[in-house]
Amino acid sequence: MIDGPVLERHGLTRDEYERIVQFLGRAPNITELGIFSVMWSEHCSYKSSRVHLKTLPTEGPQVVQGPGENAGAIDIGDGLAAVFKIESHNHPSFIEPYQGAATGVGGIIRDIFTMGARPIALLNSLRFGPLHGPGTRRLLEGVVAGIAGYGNSIGIPTVGGEIAFEPAYAGNPLVNVFCLGIVKRSDIVKGVASGAGNSVYYVGAKTGRDGIHGATMASAEFDDKSAEKRPAVQVGDPFMEKLLLEACLEVMKSDALIGIQDMGAAGLTCSSTEMGSRGGAGIEIDVAQVPQRETGMTPYEIMLSESQERMLLVVKRGREADVERIFDKWDLHAVRVGEVTNDGMLRVKQAGSVVAEIPNRALTDEAPVYHRAMREPDYLHEVQRLDLDALGSHVVAGRLRAGGATATRAEARMENARAEAGAVQPGESNAVLLSLLASPTIGSKRWVYRQYDHMVRTNTINVPGFGAGVVRIKGTSRALALSVDGNGRYCYLDPYRGAMLAVAEAARNVACAGARPLGATNCLNFGNPERPAIMWQFAKAVEGIGAACRALNVPITGGNVSLYNETDGKAIYPTPVIGVVGLLEHADRVLGRRFRRAGDEVVLLGEGHGELGGSEYLKVEHGMVRGLPPALNLDVERSLQDLLVALAAEGLIESAHDCSDGGLAVTLAECCFDTGAIGADVSISRTGISQNETLNTAAALFGESSSRVIVSARPGQVAAILDRAAAGNVPARVIGRVGGDALRIAIDGQLVIEVAIDDAERAWTSAIEHYFARRVA
Amino acid sequence: MRFGIVVFPGSNCDEDAYHAVRDVFGLDAEYLWHKDADLKGALRTGAMARFSPIMSQVRAFAEQGGPVLGICNGFQILLEAGMLPGAMLRNRELKYRCEHVHLRVEHTDTPFTCAAAPGHILRIPIGHGEGNYFAAPDVLDRLEANRQVILRYTDPEGRLADAWNPNGSANAIASVCNESRNVVGMMPHPERACEPLLGGVDGRLIFESVVTAMAIR
Repeated sequence: MIDGPVLERHGLTRDEYERIVQFLGRAPNITELGIFSVMWSEHCSYKSSRVHLKTLPTEGPQVVQGPGENAGAIDIGDGLAAVFKIESHNHPSFIEPYQGAATGVGGIIRDIFTMGARPIALLNSLRFGPLHGPGTRRLLEGVVAGIAGYGNSIGIPTVGGEIAFEPAYAGNPLVNVFCLGIVKRSDIVKGVASGAGNSVYYVGAKTGRDGIHGATMASAEFDDKSAEKRPAVQVGDPFMEKLLLEACLEVMKSDALIGIQDMGAAGLTCSSTEMGSRGGAGIEIDVAQVPQRETGMTPYEIMLSESQERMLLVVKRGREADVERIFDKWDLHAVRVGEVTNDGMLRVKQAGSVVAEIPNRALTDEAPVYHRAMREPDYLHEVQRLDLDALGSHVVAGRLRAGGATATRAEARMENARAEAGAVQPGESNAVLLSLLASPTIGSKRWVYRQYDHMVRTNTINVPGFGAGVVRIKGTSRALALSVDGNGRYCYLDPYRGAMLAVAEAARNVACAGARPLGATNCLNFGNPERPAIMWQFAKAVEGIGAACRALNVPITGGNVSLYNETDGKAIYPTPVIGVVGLLEHADRVLGRRFRRAGDEVVLLGEGHGELGGSEYLKVEHGMVRGLPPALNLDVERSLQDLLVALAAEGLIESAHDCSDGGLAVTLAECCFDTGAIGADVSISRTGISQNETLNTAAALFGESSSRVIVSARPGQVAAILDRAAAGNVPARVIGRVGGDALRIAIDGQLVIEVAIDDAERAWTSAIEHYFARRVA
Repeated sequence: MRFGIVVFPGSNCDEDAYHAVRDVFGLDAEYLWHKDADLKGALRTGAMARFSPIMSQVRAFAEQGGPVLGICNGFQILLEAGMLPGAMLRNRELKYRCEHVHLRVEHTDTPFTCAAAPGHILRIPIGHGEGNYFAAPDVLDRLEANRQVILRYTDPEGRLADAWNPNGSANAIASVCNESRNVVGMMPHPERACEPLLGGVDGRLIFESVVTAMAIR
């Protein structure tokens, strides 16, 4: 019988239960209750977020498919479309890092090939607690191995991504995975069921008891009992998925298919109701026909299982044999489990008798929608206050010592770097630069990305660690640039501005590769929406995303919302992660972050304003997360991106690197890395933000003002670059020259940084690697 | 001359090899489905799985002296099938590794290295989790004595150094051939290094060698 505890286990409120009774005109049975609970879970219904998501810009001439399908799509010329989406697998990855991350990759790949597209690239965005913290290394190792294990085996390259380490994620890591595929526009397939009498097919792995209530789990907070939920994490099989991928793409080439959808969250339930709902049809399924891995499974378990690598297809009546033949070729068994009806119902049968009967609409369009209460969080005013003069009075005596193991490590590394630097006079700023480069959030991610096969399919022309990931499109002259970005710290300090900055950074990274940003996908990671402060963060972030996407002309074509990212009542930083896809007309014009040769001029596009709020500098050097994130003028940002695309297309610049975490000094250092130790000599001016000269210097070097890019160019091209910049209203000036084997930065004529590239690069390269020092001799 | 690229249900780099042969070199290539028991053409490059019907055909083809190349997973399958000596262990650091490595060409009397000079250094990517070549000491001695080690991992100057051995392979072995020298397995991916856009063209040498070898035959 359905009482309070049963409802609670299903994550349903009393009001929601009453609504169910109203829809059915009777009390639901337990199978029906299970179906409602997963379809009305936050994960599937977007009940808290939907009213806000509706405000996002989703249209544009380039948009082929907006939100609502398995993935979005944009036009990329030559009759082709790029299909892409980002999705979270945070909760499963925390409980079981390897399988949680692996099945996240498997799920997003299925979303892409379900649209008829061949997946050609993966990205990921990860957040963990500090690397020295308990359990973080195990989590990072497991998540990375899981992503690698799945992506590498199925043969889709992971071409980029980002990782940040913050205490706010220690109890709730984020694993967001992005996939992109290519399809002929005319061949796009949809997740739709229509035509009464058409056959419903099940293909792929057998159904087991794994993952039952995964969607509900993803819609609840964590506590110390979460480990007991391990059976709700699924196990991935990339070999099965590879077969499904190839077989489904082959089936799609025949005209026997009406629609197809993968069984992801909420498994058979979600795929059948969504397909029926999109086609205005009903679906009848006989669970006895569903291939099962375990004996004695109930209809409830079969409908709610989230076993991986399963697809649901609607096949034209009379064409069943054609479809079965193709799956046979791939050693896959396609089973007819039901048919399309015209009564709009999800009807589940078991050996002839009806065990569940629910109107599709009740599960989809008419699922609850909440206008949750919102309130500005109490912490906000306090953390936005940044008193630089007070900070400056401490800095006079030397750098503040932040507490904890990070500081100790950073100190030790700095001392080493100073000793190794030898002849170079170690200025205060030198040490700061080295410690920023050694911060895992800024440092090289090579330890991570070399575990990913980033070259398979032989399309990757910008590999991870060198800017946006770039893949050429075989058979055309074009390439696609992809970037995922987000900054939880900025969003914690100001969710509206932080979210805008995330969109701007992702689009800017794409533009730095020379590609015109065309479309975006978002993954919105937040805490418990039932808390008004969290809901306020969410609403502000969505507003910010909308504003930036409109201004930069990158409509949102789909995405995913992950709420309840809390452990023991402590929420993560609000973390919208934005994936942007851009098009490069000529693949061979692609740009990367690295300086190319000595003698080239270094040009700064954009302007610094000495903003230290929310910076990595404040965090690493002063143990402080404070202030307002950098201001963003969207008109300037748009002009800057237009200029970059034009400069790249004309072949006027040799490299381009976005100025973000760690500011100008870190950006310049990164331009010098992986070049065989080519340095640069740069001269900039001070910004007066404080009475304290040390802070003013720090602001100029390490402030994270937005809309700035370092480009390098042959001396003969500089005049043309400055012309184009002036015409586009983008501030631009030559700040130095590539050459030597050290990075030297002078402020108003005074040398403040002089670091040998070898030393700087060692600090940067070992930032993550030294935590995993080789154990075997 | 025609390349046959064996396609197994789980193989990944078949399309990459096909692209390299057809689109980069403009040569004739076709896919061979693993369930087929007919080779259709002449020369094969790519991955193979031990028990599929096509493997007995590949073995017969090799026994007649036909050149067979196994790349990465293909090398592992040739080892499994006993067509090459040794075995692959997990990488020394127990992690998948994808990056460019430097390889020294040890011998040029195989169909896949004949266009190189001995000591030639190639920069070609690897991408594997199980590429730690292992064989019993007496097998290693025999391989060395028979000049069957074809490529070795080295530093950029061609010197042996532990830090430049990406997976812990015995004797820094990246590639071996059989005693008849017509069957070669290699862990690095030459098909990933055939176009300047992809960051290097040193892999072309492997394909150019086949063309040269077939022209001589």
